[in-house]
Amino acid sequence: MADAFPATLAGPTSKERRYDRQLRLWAASGQQALEDARVLLVNSDGPLGSSSTGVSGVAGVETLKNLVLPGIGGFTIVDPAMVTEADLGVNFFLEQDSLGKSRADETCRLLRELNPDVQGYSYSTPITELLQDPAFLPQHKLIIISGPAKRSTLDPLCLEAQELGIPVLYTHSVGFYATFSSQLAAEFPIVETHPDPETTQDLRLLNPWPELAGAAAALPNLEAMDDHQHGHVPYILLLLHFVEEWKQSHEGNAPANYKEKTEFREFVRSKTRTDNPEGGEENFDEAVAAVLKTISPFTLRSTIREIFEMEQCQTLTADSADFWIIASAINTFYTKHNVLPLPGSLPDMKAQSADYVSLQNIYKSKARADVEEVLATVRQLESQLNRPMAPIPDRDVEVFCKNAAHIKVVRGRAIPQINSNSDPETLSAIRNQLGLSQLGLPDSLVSVFIATQILDAVVDEIQSSAQSSSFSVDDEALWKSHTERILALLQRDDPTPLDEEARESIENAILELRRAEGGELHNIASLAGGLVAQEALKVLTRQYVPMDNTCVFDGARSRSEMYRL
Amino acid sequence: MTTTSVTMEDKQGQWQHLYKVLSKPGPYSDEDWVPGMETVKALESSKILGAGGLGCEILKNLALSGFKDIHVIDMDTIDISNLNRQFLFRQADIGKPKAEVAAAFVEKRVKGVKITPFVGKIQDKDEDYYMQFKIVICGLDSIEARRWINSTLIGMVDPEDPESLKPLIDGGTEGFKGQARVILPTLSSCIECQLDMHAPRPAVPLCTIATIPRQPQHCIEWAHQIAWQEKRKDDSFDSDDMEHISWVYNAALQRAQHFHIHGVTFQMTQGVVKNIIPAIASTNAVIAASTTSEVLKIATSCNPYLENYMMYAGEEGVYTYTFEAEKKPDCPVCGNLARKMTVNADMTLGDFIESLGERAEAQLKKPSLRTEEKTLYQRFPPQLEEHTRPNLRLKLRELVEDGEEVAVSDPAYTIDFRYRLNFQ
Repeated sequence: MADAFPATLAGPTSKERRYDRQLRLWAASGQQALEDARVLLVNSDGPLGSSSTGVSGVAGVETLKNLVLPGIGGFTIVDPAMVTEADLGVNFFLEQDSLGKSRADETCRLLRELNPDVQGYSYSTPITELLQDPAFLPQHKLIIISGPAKRSTLDPLCLEAQELGIPVLYTHSVGFYATFSSQLAAEFPIVETHPDPETTQDLRLLNPWPELAGAAAALPNLEAMDDHQHGHVPYILLLLHFVEEWKQSHEGNAPANYKEKTEFREFVRSKTRTDNPEGGEENFDEAVAAVLKTISPFTLRSTIREIFEMEQCQTLTADSADFWIIASAINTFYTKHNVLPLPGSLPDMKAQSADYVSLQNIYKSKARADVEEVLATVRQLESQLNRPMAPIPDRDVEVFCKNAAHIKVVRGRAIPQINSNSDPETLSAIRNQLGLSQLGLPDSLVSVFIATQILDAVVDEIQSSAQSSSFSVDDEALWKSHTERILALLQRDDPTPLDEEARESIENAILELRRAEGGELHNIASLAGGLVAQEALKVLTRQYVPMDNTCVFDGARSRSEMYRL
Repeated sequence: MTTTSVTMEDKQGQWQHLYKVLSKPGPYSDEDWVPGMETVKALESSKILGAGGLGCEILKNLALSGFKDIHVIDMDTIDISNLNRQFLFRQADIGKPKAEVAAAFVEKRVKGVKITPFVGKIQDKDEDYYMQFKIVICGLDSIEARRWINSTLIGMVDPEDPESLKPLIDGGTEGFKGQARVILPTLSSCIECQLDMHAPRPAVPLCTIATIPRQPQHCIEWAHQIAWQEKRKDDSFDSDDMEHISWVYNAALQRAQHFHIHGVTFQMTQGVVKNIIPAIASTNAVIAASTTSEVLKIATSCNPYLENYMMYAGEEGVYTYTFEAEKKPDCPVCGNLARKMTVNADMTLGDFIESLGERAEAQLKKPSLRTEEKTLYQRFPPQLEEHTRPNLRLKLRELVEDGEEVAVSDPAYTIDFRYRLNFQ
């Protein structure tokens, strides 16, 4: 080895240094996806009644802060409100001089200061007017709407977004409560789900391919090894070896159930040398610890089977997305071999360097060969289908194969609402949640979601009314009538009356919500901005797993819940 | 809905959103709570101390929660890698002290708040200093600093004086995960009680690094821990010096090539030698806001505070788990019983001391030990170290009785840890 190691300038660029702490989570590919994205924030939609200028929109601005910092390409703020004194006490991205000016322009200006690489645009025109231009919405990769928004705004916006395939996040931050729902594409596939590395090991110890079986068979006689050699045989080879030994005394069968596996574990343990100075062997300890998890036949997870069985995977067309072409090729691979392509990664284990590297190469070569096979099928499918688009990059097929056991397809649903057009599935999911309190579980936060739906209805009536300025967002009569109407809707498909606990839980949620009279608390808005930005990052990078489809955070009791409504 | 008879000035002003929830009771607020001006006064007169990597978010949130007198401690200067989340800092601020830049920014942005920065370590301050605050809120990035502030605040509690009890709100993040917790010193589970929930990653054995590397990280550790010592022992290693990192990177790369190991990169080298934890703006926002929300609730009683732990994970949807961590009667800091520790009696004292660094429930790096009767090993002063050093080679059974109590001190903490050693 050389005497000195020359310090060549291999350092990262200033952009890599700025984003270092996040590139470790979503890598350059995720960062590129963010930089290619412009996000639309619809931050208010008219006054909330006589004494208010509208939604204060802090959660929306805080969400953008958390997206501008990691470097999305750009953002658009649509907000017809003017900055008031009250805004200054709750919104950090406004200053004294902002008073009386356009809130869209001011928040945009102060957010842009956070990151010179991000473009910002602002409009003080209501969103419904901007939608007249058909080119407006398609510039964006994601839409965030700060609720409460009236239905005549929300419904057409969500519909157009759905047609254009743009995901929507609809949020509320009122007093101590925050809720948000997502509307993703009908099929939203994710390849890089980033599962816990512990759960992703696929070592194939019960069905080794010839090269792996060969490596175990080529092990010299364990008993004849000296202590050093014996203590450095990689545990994977030990297990492969002992499984073969076990089979000989068990009619050719590997350990198949829990009882046999624990017996096998004791069998492996009994082979440990304890008469050495350390009184044991690390590689044998590792082997013993790995038995229950790794001595199992390959099984296809039901979530992956469901993806293979989906119409999009079964019937490809020239327009099929890359995801479905690769999924179909992997399904072909699975049908032929009864396993998924090998991910090829090997955990660290006690071993000599050279032995570990050669074992690692056996896994890597097999993974490479599996990718090649899938790639050939992909190319075949592409030419059969006569796809008009560019060929799928090799790299995408490789990443897919590595993650094949953990891919996900979220089936997006419309933003859930409680109104006369409600999807029966939404109502029944809410009823189910309300029923859980009878089982002695802590009362469901779905009551907070119900309360925000009543708020939406109250605001919708105020904003749609000709005398909107005469109503208050805290109008007792309005709340009473909409509460009764919404509770009746909840019993539309299931006429069983709501039980006492459910009613009380809803009443409490309404009380706590009304305490703020539609106003935001900065802490809760900021927390909501963190959660919503997290979802935006996952949706834009197509990495990790987005929420499906509604989340409630209760700041009064410091907890959250998630539902598919 | 009931409103109070107290007139709230400023009903239409800057704080109108906040005052709405402080002027009426809610379904979860305490029955005896009196909403209104009294509560607002309590809020405005509460002096709060914030510290650590979540500082930008914490200062913004406290200022916009209506607190008027906020102090902030941070020893760090601004680095380019902070700019992806610490939103009060700009490119031009790189190299300046975080506490000063952050304090000046928030004071300028939010009318009427006073923020006092201190550039230094939390350990630079004494009990008199901490006694002036109503609540302490920390987003510290080291376990050591958390344990220090925890034991300091517990040591300050005088049962005769309720003012001496300073609630400690702690938040921490890693990637998409984080946690927020509320600690009422001596009354609730403390950081030390919960230490085993935050176990450090097991270290790679030195023999692997020295002789049988298998992973790119092993090659980097070798370059950092061994090659640097051999080739550049006159330069003290600085993980912020690009030339030093480049040298380690190249050394690691050559070693990796020698062993046919793939995957050493500059980014990985930096990650290993600086022990970098991934961090993003959104997770920091979630955790910082949940801690400041608890501060607001404690200062005003407008809603019940967190009892006492909320964990958060955002990789798969939004997941939180809120629970009450238990106070441990044998907690070496807030308990009154010595903690039981099962040990191998044939282990040498030296190996036992080393294991205290790795045990999840101890995590002590430079401990000194004594029993009630004798000093087993004492690092300072040098004469005593020399005198007790021979004990390091002795087996535990030659030094202590089965079931005997030992007191462990460590220069990083103000208190002694008590363990009862039971032989296996």
